[in-house]
Amino acid sequence: MPEIDTIFLFGSNPTEAHPIVSLHLKKALRNGAKLIVTDPRKTWMAERADVWMNLKPGSNIALLNGLIKVILDNGWENKEFIAARTENLDELREKVQEYDFDRVEQLTGVSRDKIIEAARMYSQADKAMIVYGLGVTEHRTGTENAMAIANLALVCGQIGRPSTGIMALRGQNNVQGATDLGPLPATLPGYQSVMDEKVRKKFGDAWNVTIKKEPGLKSVEMLDECVKGTFKGIFILGEDPAQTDPDLYHVRKALESVDFLVVQELFHTETTRFADVILPGASFAEKDGTFTNGERRIQRVRKAIEPLAGMAEWEVLCKISTLMGYPMDYKNPAAIMDEIASLVPIYGGISYERLEKGGIQWPCPDKNHPGTTTLFTDLFAKSSGLASFMALDHIGSGEVADESYPLVLITGRIREHYNNGSMTRRSKGIDVIVPAERVEISPEDAELLGIKDRNWVKVSSRRGEVKVRAKVTNRSQKGNVFMTFHHQSALTNDLTSEHRCPIAGTPEYKSCAVRVEKFTEAA
Amino acid sequence: MDQKLNMKINGREVHFLRGQTVLEVCREHEIYVPTMCHDERLQPYGACRLCIVEVAGVPKPLTSCTTPATENMVVTTESPRLTRLRKTIIELLLSNHPNDCMCCEASGNCDLQEMAYLYGASLDRFPGEKWALPIKEDNPFITFEPNKCIVCGRCTRICNEVVMAGTIDMTSRGFTAMPDTAFSKPRSLQNCEFCGQCVSACPTGALTNRKSRGLGRSAEVEKVKTTCAYCGTGCNFFLMVKDGKVIGVESDYNAPVNQGNLCIKGRYGYDFIHSKDRITTPLIKEGDGFREASWDEALELVASQFKQIIKEHGPDTVGGFSSSRCTNEENYILAKWIRTAVGTNNVDNCARV
Ligand code: SF4
Ligand code: SF4
Ligand code: SF4
Repeated sequence: MPEIDTIFLFGSNPTEAHPIVSLHLKKALRNGAKLIVTDPRKTWMAERADVWMNLKPGSNIALLNGLIKVILDNGWENKEFIAARTENLDELREKVQEYDFDRVEQLTGVSRDKIIEAARMYSQADKAMIVYGLGVTEHRTGTENAMAIANLALVCGQIGRPSTGIMALRGQNNVQGATDLGPLPATLPGYQSVMDEKVRKKFGDAWNVTIKKEPGLKSVEMLDECVKGTFKGIFILGEDPAQTDPDLYHVRKALESVDFLVVQELFHTETTRFADVILPGASFAEKDGTFTNGERRIQRVRKAIEPLAGMAEWEVLCKISTLMGYPMDYKNPAAIMDEIASLVPIYGGISYERLEKGGIQWPCPDKNHPGTTTLFTDLFAKSSGLASFMALDHIGSGEVADESYPLVLITGRIREHYNNGSMTRRSKGIDVIVPAERVEISPEDAELLGIKDRNWVKVSSRRGEVKVRAKVTNRSQKGNVFMTFHHQSALTNDLTSEHRCPIAGTPEYKSCAVRVEKFTEAA
Repeated sequence: MDQKLNMKINGREVHFLRGQTVLEVCREHEIYVPTMCHDERLQPYGACRLCIVEVAGVPKPLTSCTTPATENMVVTTESPRLTRLRKTIIELLLSNHPNDCMCCEASGNCDLQEMAYLYGASLDRFPGEKWALPIKEDNPFITFEPNKCIVCGRCTRICNEVVMAGTIDMTSRGFTAMPDTAFSKPRSLQNCEFCGQCVSACPTGALTNRKSRGLGRSAEVEKVKTTCAYCGTGCNFFLMVKDGKVIGVESDYNAPVNQGNLCIKGRYGYDFIHSKDRITTPLIKEGDGFREASWDEALELVASQFKQIIKEHGPDTVGGFSSSRCTNEENYILAKWIRTAVGTNNVDNCARV
């Protein structure tokens, strides 16, 4: 990464959410790389950016269309690349004509000078890389947002060469591995579709069952069914939807309604309150296994101590399965990986023996394959071998600020805590330096509302309210407030909305309308 | 492709690439050169002078960390003169260093101790004034014992060069030079990220991890290499284990993703493991609360309830939520269990983030 000459950071705050990735970016900056940041918040990176585009939450597509229009109008596009590797530019060209400066400024709040400068910097760079985060995907237009980013990279040909391309940063440690290995309703492990008969047969034969052709329900849909009373049993492995899902009233209602709920967890959480049976989980120090990181690197997790409760999750699941009449018996997680390798082509060459020498990046189809360090060179998965431009429209957030709820709440992470905070809040020192949730509010809005730093405030949305202390900071722009979801004592997701990206199912955590009021404890 | 160039180290023909320093070439070919102020994560500094080597045609020894390797260079890394010089450097450092290895947290994990031993340095060759400064323990994570500081600048450089936090800097030059925060303020979130990078860079016992102090030293602990369970970066580190307890985290400088760097969660977010709040026995709902149960009882109940539901309402009324915090193997097993023993495709990640 250090040889990149321009970094375009889009909806990602890596110094907080991915601190070690940010060290690589910092190194590039020290070596003279230019920095463009798109973020409604004045992050560490935004403060140091050559251009900071402080867009309004939910206006990613408008901004990207505006950037592309500037690039095409000025002839800054990479014509050679477009001709050789892409198709459909005319459709995109026509679409972005609708995004002139007046409209884009109005939709995004970003001034035209900044848009021109960013467009020039990115398109004219020798090697520019886009790094995007949950600020792009956690919107109801999350998938389209990511496509719009691809449009920009393709127009400029900033893809397929070293130190260019698009890097997506996701949230949880093993979200990659958990998606790779098949706990998804429409795909069997390794993104192999349940609709594909050959795939069903392969797994059916290996597992000795008949696999259903119809995709299952997504987690949201299961919860919806619970509320309707038509869903009867749920097993939750180490997650806390009653704190970390959006629109918690709905989640709680669902978990209350389901007949039989089993939760396997390290600690009592908001979710375990609804359980009929709680099974103890084992921490990462108590078991062998693998995690797959954001660059698809499969790496070992090693058992350092015995499981506190005597068993790790994989052992417990095998026991339950056996008791239900489907025997599962693995000597150890290495044996599970061997089975994975035999059924999942992208993990085909993985074994614990090989991982002893260090992590391997998938796709790794066989035992002699070294793994794949960059996927972007073969990004053009379409059958024609050409990448296709997508004409996309600005749709905006599912819920926008109005008179009764005049501020936009952005939720996210801070460096010191992780997800529902159940682990970090129980780590000595971390609990002391960041003991509680606070809502970040701009000095302008705070003054308007008569709120001072550390005052108690009530933050409410159409769905619920949360009482927290205020943190008056110019990290928040006028009109936006920011909260994390790390504290059980202030359930930020009581506020967030039910809107989701219909394609990927990702909730719109990054934007909902709220009201902030001063609040005295006696009241 | 960069062209391979040739040079000779200790009589051995070795290849190198343009731009490499003599020290880098030595390390690559596993030729030992002692260093104190050098850290692969940092720019060469050339301050401790322990890495001196002899280069044919150059009368004075050169610091290998700052000397670029050149075609046909002839280098010697060990000679009586180099040993004498290195020994003197170490003895000068020891002249202002408390000789209390037996009580020091870093014993067994200290470059100064190791090199004093290696070069047979005497503790009192240069008797003189020693620092007598109080220990600084003004924050939850980092302990600073200024008397043990050899002013190598690794902590200040990593904080400024790599973390870019600018928390600490050298206060002055000469005998009173010392890494410190601005105005000697305690480290707090106002000025510090608590990444512990400074601790990981310190070659002596001057900077140590406060939470691990007194719980076990290098020789007594088992180090288990693993992958961080927090964010998706996938940093590697060692868990320090003693008597079945995780007592701390130590950097793995060879980690491909993070080269020994960690953030606050990876380095200091481990003691939830032994939190008294851990659920250590299965619990079954009873009335408004839960009662403890054996594994056998709980698993029997889980299996029979799910079987009952499947019998009465069909497998498609049952589902599983997988975990982005669990291992690949566990996620695979969950997906398999739902699709076999239960017999439905209702299995999904929670929030897909
Ligand atoms: S903990 Fe990190 S930020 Fe704080 S002084 Fe040390 S290196 Fe600097
Ligand atoms: S505290 Fe440690 S790293 Fe920092 S200057 Fe002193 S000896 Fe070197
Ligand atoms: S140490 Fe920090 S940056 Fe590295 S994986 Fe863990 S949480 Fe992420």
